Amino acid sequence: MTAVGNLTHEPVEGDRFTITSEGTGDTWEIVVGLEVHCELATATKLFCGCPNHFGAEPNTNVCPVCLGLPGSLPVLNQNVVELAMRLGRALHCTVEPSVFARKNYFYPDMPKDYQVSQYDQPINVDGWLDLPDGTRVGIERAHIEEDTGKNTHAGGSGRIHGADYSLVDYNRAGVPLVEIVGRPHIRHPEQAKAYIDELRAILLATGASDAKMEEGSLRVDANVSVRRVGDATLGTRCEIKNLNSLRSLGRAIEYEARRQVDLLESGERVHQETRHWDEAAGRTRPGRSKEEAEDYRYFQEPDLVPLEPSAEWVAAVDAALPVLPAERRARLAEAAGVDPTETAVVVAVQRDLDSLALAAIGAGGDGRRVLTHVEHNLAVEGAESLDPAHFAQLVTMEVAGQLTATQAKAVLTDMVATGKAPDAIAAERGFEAMDTSQLEGIIDGIIAESPQEWAEFCGGDDKRRGKLQGFFVGKVMKATKGQADGKAVNAVLEARRAAAG
Amino acid sequence: MTLPTTATAIAAAVRAGEVSAREVVDAHLAAIEAGDASINAFNLVLADEARAAAAAVDAKVAAGEDPGPLAGVPVALKDNLCTRGVPTTCSSRILDGWRPPYDATVVERLAGAGAVAVGKTNLDEFAMGSSTENSAFGPTRNPRDPERVPGGSSGGSAAAVAAGFAPVSLGSDTGGSIRQPAALCGVIGVKPTYGLVSRYGLVAFASSLDQIGPFSTTVADSALLLEAVAGHDPLDSTSIDAPAPSLVDVLDRGVDGLRVGLVSELMGEGIAPDVAGRVRQAADALAAAGAEIGEVSVPAASYGLSAYYLIAPAEASSNLARYDGVRYGLRVDAPTTAEMNAATRTAGFGAEVKRRIMLGTYALSAGYYDAYYGKALKVRTLIVRDFEAAYERFDLLLSPTSPTTAFRFGEKVDDPLAMYLNDVCTIPTNLAGHPAMSVPFGAGADGMPVGVQLLAPALGEATMFRAAAALEAAAPPLEEAWS
Ligand SMILES: [Zn+2]
Repeated sequence: MTAVGNLTHEPVEGDRFTITSEGTGDTWEIVVGLEVHCELATATKLFCGCPNHFGAEPNTNVCPVCLGLPGSLPVLNQNVVELAMRLGRALHCTVEPSVFARKNYFYPDMPKDYQVSQYDQPINVDGWLDLPDGTRVGIERAHIEEDTGKNTHAGGSGRIHGADYSLVDYNRAGVPLVEIVGRPHIRHPEQAKAYIDELRAILLATGASDAKMEEGSLRVDANVSVRRVGDATLGTRCEIKNLNSLRSLGRAIEYEARRQVDLLESGERVHQETRHWDEAAGRTRPGRSKEEAEDYRYFQEPDLVPLEPSAEWVAAVDAALPVLPAERRARLAEAAGVDPTETAVVVAVQRDLDSLALAAIGAGGDGRRVLTHVEHNLAVEGAESLDPAHFAQLVTMEVAGQLTATQAKAVLTDMVATGKAPDAIAAERGFEAMDTSQLEGIIDGIIAESPQEWAEFCGGDDKRRGKLQGFFVGKVMKATKGQADGKAVNAVLEARRAAAG
Repeated sequence: MTLPTTATAIAAAVRAGEVSAREVVDAHLAAIEAGDASINAFNLVLADEARAAAAAVDAKVAAGEDPGPLAGVPVALKDNLCTRGVPTTCSSRILDGWRPPYDATVVERLAGAGAVAVGKTNLDEFAMGSSTENSAFGPTRNPRDPERVPGGSSGGSAAAVAAGFAPVSLGSDTGGSIRQPAALCGVIGVKPTYGLVSRYGLVAFASSLDQIGPFSTTVADSALLLEAVAGHDPLDSTSIDAPAPSLVDVLDRGVDGLRVGLVSELMGEGIAPDVAGRVRQAADALAAAGAEIGEVSVPAASYGLSAYYLIAPAEASSNLARYDGVRYGLRVDAPTTAEMNAATRTAGFGAEVKRRIMLGTYALSAGYYDAYYGKALKVRTLIVRDFEAAYERFDLLLSPTSPTTAFRFGEKVDDPLAMYLNDVCTIPTNLAGHPAMSVPFGAGADGMPVGVQLLAPALGEATMFRAAAALEAAAPPLEEAWS
């Protein structure tokens, strides 16, 4: 294996997921590295002209090349190279001259009984991916390889052992994959899920893949180990397969970490092995151990020539890269004057509402309030076509006290549904601006009606005062039909109490 | 009129309308019918298909169209070249019943040039061997002496031409599989530069070494056939992106001033004295024609055989993995898939193929890769370097093609090392990816043909063919025993 150099960035310390032993009191941390296989969204397969699409009748998207018929030869699809580089560059990898190798093992779903894959000289090396929480996860490599066909075991138990017969569909054989090998910089099951979310966003943004975990176009294996907090060396890892959803991924990592801690605490050791996640049982089960692992006898694929994309090609890929999620978060956070790790910023980018938010802020809307609405009030269809100027106007009315938070939410919902301006909607709904003297008048009236409660509010302890505050606010809201601003009510009450004291 | 016998003459006569392709093809089918029972050059004779193809050529001539440079020329195809709808066996039981759904690029190009495929020729199973004794369908006999082997692995293609069953044929050469049988049968055999001829549709033995090339009785015919099949093919990623070279037009240019080096490593120990004598005689003939002759050392060539018997089996072990009984060919049923794979491969492959799969698997195994396959790759690099150094001083190199003349059946088949030594002169050029060809030059002391080998740098075919034409002109009669 070619050395690919070390990351200069150590992962930023995010939230660690730790397990504290009841017996020894030792605290353990999880170390996770993810390997992701994803199908590239090319029109045709990796080495032939067969269509690359999901769901066709079995063995209809096949030809002599992807069936590995004697005498057939592979020809590299240049669009695969383009998409692989796009992904690689989006992950801040270096594009290197690369070669294809054969990974030799017998399996009926593999037409040639070897898989063509990049082994010791992959196309993309040494990049990183920044998680929304600020953690930088290193990317060791992202290389090109071919997918296999699919076996179906019929009759008997439906598993390979005991099946009456097996069928093989080679439609998927030769579909282009990129395998993205992440470094073990993940410390929490939630971070693992965030990594996949972020990677998926990048795959979609670059057009490299449709990244559908449920259709198998994105497959995740997790390398999980544990170590005592403070230990510098990595523990023995297990590779967890069969993770078909983000939920499975998180559960499997947590289960596996606890299993390993239990083993180590009871004086046993972790065996390096492949384990399969059983979603129904909520546990991992042993697969092949390293000792039994096959010898794949890798050697350079003699039917293909080395791949050396020109500097011009790489530059063209760079120039055409879309703005990626991390940069979108940074832009929005800067415009709003908040930290890029804030949930509202992450959510805005996830929902593709960051350009709306940026435009609203640009049109004079208060950044914080814009983000609050995006996070809480705009998870609705059509939100992205909201007029940014109207959005900014709404936020400005709110800041000026012309609308309460509750009113603003109602107006925003109408704006999305009707496209009308906020002042027009507020007028229709009868949301009158309530000035301070009006509110003071109402509050003074209520105080006069309830002298007993007012006296207790002014003189009682904190607990009592808290209760009575609710009593007065409720009365004010009732009197104003909910149109009073809660904060303003509290402010007036506080001012009157101070004057009384 | 008597029918022309060379491809060049046949094509000219057919294109001119002087003879019909049908007459030519019928005559060759009759020769096969009469003679192949004792030679066994063919696994399959395509009589009906050939007659139909000949009729189509004749129809074109009648319509005033040009059927192409190989109009009506019967061609025999080594049975590891895929032919659409026609069994392609590699002389192995493992491909039992398999009919490729496509034609090899060379097969397509031959048909496009007006040639007529008359049959599929016998070979050592999967092209592994030097005597055609490793065929699952029985050995091919040497037409010059039926008690002797024709060489291999393209023994059927060499014998077919030597016996007059076809004026030209195609074979494949991984370590000498065209040149060695050409030498043993007394015909011309050419291994082109790696990448000059598309490998698409050639059932792979060792992908980085395999090249398709022609057999013929005249240098001009090999030039004609090679021109027709050479040139870039987008279906083969290792195909050189350049037009096919002009060969026929340069044959009469002579060798005046060409520098030809006699490879000293391939003239000493292990080379029969009569064979070495014929090579020196060939060098003298070239000198007489105006070439400058010198001696040259290619030191790494001595390690070629060892490197080859790691690299070729390593690639073969992977290339032949697909014969697993799942998709095509032989299947021996068994309770589990793995047992079915094993039973199928045990029954389907012959001893030599199994030997090489085991050698190659071992050479690539974890813990052995560096010592065997990895080291062999380094030797390969050294061989290329040594040849490059030699070609700084010489335009062409000269050596024997095979250390001996044709041997008798059974003489070496049980001694793999002795058999492997047959390829000692031919293997280095495969490792370098360079062109080389064997030209008959009289006979050895036993009266059997001797071939001399011309070697050229990559894409040096034109120069190589000029020298071959000069040797052809000066060659002693094939029957003339060395004394
Ligand atoms: Zn295909």
